[in-house]
Amino acid sequence: MDERERPIDPAGTYGRPGRSAMPARGGGVPSRSHDDGSHGSSRDLQIAAALVLGGAVGTIFGAKALRERRTGHPDDDAPMTAARRQGGDFDLVGRSVTINKPRAELYAFWRDFSNLPQVMENVERIEPKGAKINNWVIDAPAGRTVNVVTETVDDVKDERIGWRSTPDSDIQTHGHVTFRDAPGGRGTYVDLVIAYDPPLGEMGRLAAKLFQREPEIQARRDLKRFKMLMETGEVATSRNRKAS
Amino acid sequence: MRALTWHGTHDVRVDSVPDPEIVNPRDAVIKVTSTAICGSDLHLYDGVIPGMQSGDVLGHEFMGEVVETGSKSTLKKGQRVVIPFTISCGSCFFCEKQQYSACDNSNPVAKQDASEALYGHAMSGLFGYSHLTGGYAGGQAEYVRVPFSDVGPLVVPDHLEDDKVLFLTDILPTGWMAADNADIEPEDTVAVWGCGPVGLFAVQSALLMGAHKVIAIDHYPHRLELAKKLGAETIDFQKTDVREALMEMTGGIGPDAVIDAVGMESHGFGVQNVFDSAKQKVGIGADRPDALRQAILACRKGGRVSMPGVYGGLVDKFPLGALMEKGLQLRTGQTHVQRYIKDLMDRIEKGEIDTTFLISHHLPLEEAPTGYKNFSEKQNEWTKVVLRPGQ
Repeated sequence: MDERERPIDPAGTYGRPGRSAMPARGGGVPSRSHDDGSHGSSRDLQIAAALVLGGAVGTIFGAKALRERRTGHPDDDAPMTAARRQGGDFDLVGRSVTINKPRAELYAFWRDFSNLPQVMENVERIEPKGAKINNWVIDAPAGRTVNVVTETVDDVKDERIGWRSTPDSDIQTHGHVTFRDAPGGRGTYVDLVIAYDPPLGEMGRLAAKLFQREPEIQARRDLKRFKMLMETGEVATSRNRKAS
Repeated sequence: MRALTWHGTHDVRVDSVPDPEIVNPRDAVIKVTSTAICGSDLHLYDGVIPGMQSGDVLGHEFMGEVVETGSKSTLKKGQRVVIPFTISCGSCFFCEKQQYSACDNSNPVAKQDASEALYGHAMSGLFGYSHLTGGYAGGQAEYVRVPFSDVGPLVVPDHLEDDKVLFLTDILPTGWMAADNADIEPEDTVAVWGCGPVGLFAVQSALLMGAHKVIAIDHYPHRLELAKKLGAETIDFQKTDVREALMEMTGGIGPDAVIDAVGMESHGFGVQNVFDSAKQKVGIGADRPDALRQAILACRKGGRVSMPGVYGGLVDKFPLGALMEKGLQLRTGQTHVQRYIKDLMDRIEKGEIDTTFLISHHLPLEEAPTGYKNFSEKQNEWTKVVLRPGQ
């Protein structure tokens, strides 16, 4: 297997080793059921929780078995973020985009977290609090903000970056972004996967509202803005004047 | 500034709206000297394109003088430029392949969701053509903000007056690409449905590309006369059975290539078109593809179907069997203007192509609503309206 494609998996979100780093359907972050409420058994949920919160190595086959047992179908090659049905405690969002730039350039932009608010619509600012610690200030409804402190838990130059919230954050979340050479000189495949725990409490409800406002769309839009900025040097807008 | 704004079906007005300014580094602002009403603007006027909002500034055929430039623009103040209606970044995968109208980066991110849901992929940005294509303010106005001004605009020499080069923005390259998509071989016979501006330019282009014979189909006598002057043979579909005529005019073979320059609001007389028309009027996203159906049935076996006509939604009774069983090729798309515009300007400068014959009316911008009404209702006489802002 190509070193570049080895799935490194702080969040346990990859399905199994030995294939593309695209997060696999049936992988390790079981998440909340979106359609028909058919959650897995409580044992499944325990396994799920272990996979997610433990971020454990060696859980991959467990995750695959979990999913195969739930669906009655053998696993396929699609990313698990494209699954028709997800189950478990964590919600999962993932998108891929191809950017016509070399991996190193994209990695360098992302590695400096303070750049990300340029492309992430609902992130007001990201303040570095140490070599691996960043404080994300995220816009919430009614003019409020939520704070998420993340620790960078995986960082391989020009390949991938993974982060995870610290326990005192308003939202429990983790995510990773991977950069792979696209075939045919098309630049780089960028895969973004974010898992988050729908939180409790007043702040949690705010945050949930924020994140559950079509998080899939949010992720797609953020990645497309990233693509625009990297490929064209600006983010397209049809506004006709500077002040909105 | 003054600008032509859309307020609903058959309701366009000239309003005062805020002047545009430089927003992004690659922008320029253009003071419009000439701008035309396009046949595809009539689809907006008739309310059959989704994603319009009240107050949208229309217009995607415009040229003018550069009055402001962003820090990354390559234009200079005072230059005369024609502006492609397709907004293209020049650096994405598609732009690098010269598929400029498929640009990934010109439609603002939040505007991409609708076309991604409708078509499976987001469309690129176009000027003045609904929020599906970005919601960009259009060119039927005194000033326009032009994004990616280092890629799209073409500087024109002073000796080429506006009327000679204005149609480089859309309809001339669209007619040219229609013929290009028909893969014309020397001595081919090509049939063109629709003698509006794009159809007429497709006739002209097909002949320049070496077609033996071009047959133009319409029912407006004046438009058929214009096609004849360009060198086409003509069929009036009100008088003549089109398919039978085409078979007889091609020795029973059928045209080698067919071009549908009509699009979604076809005026056919088939029973099917009555149902299509009714569905379109109640707004269920149905296109009226009568010309396209006829073109596919007429095309010779193994022939080519080129479809510059605009479609926005779904069609019924599409002759898929004919397409497959006859082994036809179908090519279409919004025009990759930037791919063709320089070559076409050179041809205009050399006198190979003259597009001024098409213009029937010049109006001040303030009279644009009259222009829309007449271009829509008196298609025989009103072949092309050019608006002059500031007059």
